[in-house]
Amino acid sequence: MSASKSILTRFSGTNATFWLGLLLVGTITLTGLLSLVWTPYDLSDMVAGRLEAPSWQHWAGSDRLGRDLFTQLMIGAQIALIVGCSAVAIGAAIGVTTGILAAFATRFLDDALAAFFDILIAFPTLLTAMLVVAASDEASLGTAILALGIGLSPIVGRITRLLTKQVLSQDYITAARVSGSSWPSIVFWHILPNILPFLGVNLALQFGLAVMAEASLSYLGLGAPPPNASWGRMLQEAQGTVYTAPWGAILPGLAIFALVIGVNLLTDGLRDRLDASRRQV
Amino acid sequence: MTQDLLSVQNLSLSTADKGLVKNLSFTIAPGERFGLIGESGSGKSLTSLAVSGLLPPSIKPSGRIILDGQEIVGAPGKQLDSLRGDAVATVFQEPLTALDPLMPLGKQIALPLRRRLRREGKPSGRAEVNRHMRDLIDQVRLPDPERLVRAYPHEVSGGQRQRVAIAMALACRPKLLIADEPTTALDVTTQDQIIKLLTSLVDELGIALMFISHDLAVVGQMVERVMVMRNGACVESGLAADVLTAPKDSYTQTLVDAAHRFDAALEGRS
Amino acid sequence: MTLLSVENVGFSYRSGKPVLEDISFTVPRGANVGLVGESGSGKSTLLRLLLGLDSPQKGRILFDGAPLEARSSGYMRSYRKRVQAVFQDPYSSLDPSHRILRIITEPLRALKIPGDHRQMATKAITAVGLAPDSLERYPHQFSGGQRQRIAIARAIVARPDLVLADEAVSALDLSTRIRVVDLFEEISEAMTMVFVSHDMGVVAALCDQIVVLDKGRIVEAGLTNDILRAPKHPYTQSLLASIPRMPAGS
Repeated sequence: MSASKSILTRFSGTNATFWLGLLLVGTITLTGLLSLVWTPYDLSDMVAGRLEAPSWQHWAGSDRLGRDLFTQLMIGAQIALIVGCSAVAIGAAIGVTTGILAAFATRFLDDALAAFFDILIAFPTLLTAMLVVAASDEASLGTAILALGIGLSPIVGRITRLLTKQVLSQDYITAARVSGSSWPSIVFWHILPNILPFLGVNLALQFGLAVMAEASLSYLGLGAPPPNASWGRMLQEAQGTVYTAPWGAILPGLAIFALVIGVNLLTDGLRDRLDASRRQV
Repeated sequence: MTQDLLSVQNLSLSTADKGLVKNLSFTIAPGERFGLIGESGSGKSLTSLAVSGLLPPSIKPSGRIILDGQEIVGAPGKQLDSLRGDAVATVFQEPLTALDPLMPLGKQIALPLRRRLRREGKPSGRAEVNRHMRDLIDQVRLPDPERLVRAYPHEVSGGQRQRVAIAMALACRPKLLIADEPTTALDVTTQDQIIKLLTSLVDELGIALMFISHDLAVVGQMVERVMVMRNGACVESGLAADVLTAPKDSYTQTLVDAAHRFDAALEGRS
Repeated sequence: MTLLSVENVGFSYRSGKPVLEDISFTVPRGANVGLVGESGSGKSTLLRLLLGLDSPQKGRILFDGAPLEARSSGYMRSYRKRVQAVFQDPYSSLDPSHRILRIITEPLRALKIPGDHRQMATKAITAVGLAPDSLERYPHQFSGGQRQRIAIARAIVARPDLVLADEAVSALDLSTRIRVVDLFEEISEAMTMVFVSHDMGVVAALCDQIVVLDKGRIVEAGLTNDILRAPKHPYTQSLLASIPRMPAGS
């Protein structure tokens, strides 16, 4: 009974979700790490003929300048992860801080901040990011990341504000105050740990958005400039040859898809595990 | 021997991985007042949900529940819909969540009332519904009916909300009224009024009552027979007067002793 | 001998009618005092004032002879060392993300009380009838009654002079409630207690003095025995008459 049950639960929805997510994100992360020390060819070397199909020499084929696409995909994994993580980190830093401030603020300031978040959210993330990039002197990976982080922050801020208000209404906050805890330590010890499981799922969604938005920025020529090979720029470059050499567009597209889905599955699985350990009575 | 209104035979309720209620059997005669006593996790509320056919789909029942001659376990949803309202109605613990916050109280009472009038083939026009509604509001002794029918749930007191919930249950003219901890969320003074109201109403209308509570003293005032539940099983049942004064089971004895201690405290400290 | 004294206290929330009016009573050192009232009586607001979470607009509260200054953080630090609380809902009063050790030692850390915190927590958790290894577990691993014991351990770990209990047994089942009442009775021998509750039975079992509140005013106050035997105010009379009693035993 117990043996069959443990096998059942191991492969039930929650865990399958978790493991599939881990597999996707893990593979992409390892690929990105590997690209730091090894790639099959040099990124900008024209090592093959134009638009070669995938082969033993060139696993993902080559682009119209004869550069190896698999090398570009590997470097792209590295860039996607850097962009996703950094943009979410920036967005979370700004969003969580303002969100918690809003939840603690006086009624008037809270209303003002809430309205501010809503207005910024109504403004498309991509547009915000484009404005930030346009305001800086030249397009670089750094400005793209900063732009995306700022673009994501109002959504994080708004969710943080709501979650914080929920936690603030719990008795354990009053109990902490009566215990003599100061507000900063209440934020650090009681609010952050309790909003994090819910916020985490949202940040994973934001990670997906950031990866896709970076691809869009690169596609528009506003992302990391060459020779950086981001998946978005690979898509842009494959645009003209999508009928003659479809792998040039399909493979980076699949990579973006796998990363976004993988991160979402992974956090979903993590949250379910966390929930299960908390909710059982 | 009279036909039982409700007969529960070997009822068990379980989810995929654990049993919640084990092998429960009891009957309620027409017009009888029956009490279900239990603490949290005893399975008393689940039992009441099973009787009214409102179990969540994740909980699987086995055994038999025969209400007003109809089998409930395994019955299709449609048959259960007509049974609820016709044979059984429920008053829940928290009237604030049991009522629709966005609908005026009068409208909420009118809905089950109109359904019943249609079912009985009686005229169900606005005038008839309003007339019956006035009677119901009088019956549950709600003051100021003019204002009340237009008020929203949050605009009236907890006791008044519970009276509205009772009116809605009575609007169905059920043969069995299930009251699941109907006074737990109320103040003591209000609780006292609601208990008296419920007792007199079921007597007057000849409705059977299944009263669910953790409060022994309240149950003792309300019902003729009781069943005490613990961890999903019946530990003792019998006449309320016997069970609450001379319990046979040690768990019941613990509960009775505890209740007596608070009663004794109210008599003054020595 | 008076530990806490409330003098003509009045309070209202912004743009509302007064929630508390002209509240005066005293809590002698070592006594158990019950504040009894139904919903809307203002008892929860009064408790917040006693905890220093809000300040009264009228009147004052004296603790050990000196006024309670809710706005002075220096004063509140010393006040919190001496006044702790137990709340109603044991499911919401313990932070689910921390181990019991962390929860119980929070007052010790926050108030910078010197000493071996783990040892003090072990002493407190044993005093409330739980095993010392409970300290390593999380709140979700305990039942409602056990959680309330943990909350009580947190309230007594800093050895306060006064413990305020807000409906601290109302959410518990009867068989659990009686045991937690016993626990309160035991620890109240070492400290002063104020029980805020709507449940006259619990208050009668625990308190030597009762203050009855209705609609923000005190309607009656005095020794428990006197009030139970001969309530003077009609509200107290109806409150006592409304309490359901067990059928008489044989």
